Amino acid sequence: MEIELLAFGIAKDIFGNGIQKITVTYKCSIKDLKQELISKYPKFQDLASFAIAVNSEYQADDFVLSVKDEIAIIPPVSGG
Amino acid sequence: MIDIKLSPETLNLESCNVFVADPAAGAIVNFIGTVRNETKKQKVLRLEFEAYEKMALSEMKKIANQALEKFDIKKIALHHRTGVLDISEIPVIISVSSAHRKAAFLACEFIIDTLKQSVPIWKKEFLENGEYWVSATP
Repeated sequence: MEIELLAFGIAKDIFGNGIQKITVTYKCSIKDLKQELISKYPKFQDLASFAIAVNSEYQADDFVLSVKDEIAIIPPVSGG
Repeated sequence: MIDIKLSPETLNLESCNVFVADPAAGAIVNFIGTVRNETKKQKVLRLEFEAYEKMALSEMKKIANQALEKFDIKKIALHHRTGVLDISEIPVIISVSSAHRKAAFLACEFIIDTLKQSVPIWKKEFLENGEYWVSATP
């Protein structure tokens, strides 16, 4: 399935874009998505860490994504 | 009880204090974050803040609600800037009112510490030798 990713901070720089479409397997988990990202964009491996938010909530590695979700890549935050 | 704001405009301390004012309060504590002119012995020229706005607002609201549960406080204003900020400008204001000062001091510290860990806002430092997303790489 094709999903759309929102990217911020350094993730946006890695994609060269704030929105990136990516093809993943049906019933893709966050863990699968992270692996896919690292294999397609090896620079993700250089980050201190990155989280995935689904519909504006942080979700764990076993969370299964759906095409209707709003999915965002959250590199290490640095507000304040 | 809580006033959350994410704005590209200059933050206003007075409006935060007006919001948290309460007849039952004996204290208002403010935390004001300001842009420092150096980092790791390098001169900082300016900062730029980017936010995942919808989620940043919901995370800020969560933190404020946690603070209200955790501490004996009255009201909270939590305002954060986005966009380009020069040295000495204000990226964040936290105002907390409480009956007794200690709770408001503790709540302010809890709110800024938690915000820095979980709110999806990113800071880019513009230094003399280039620009870097803070904390992005180890």
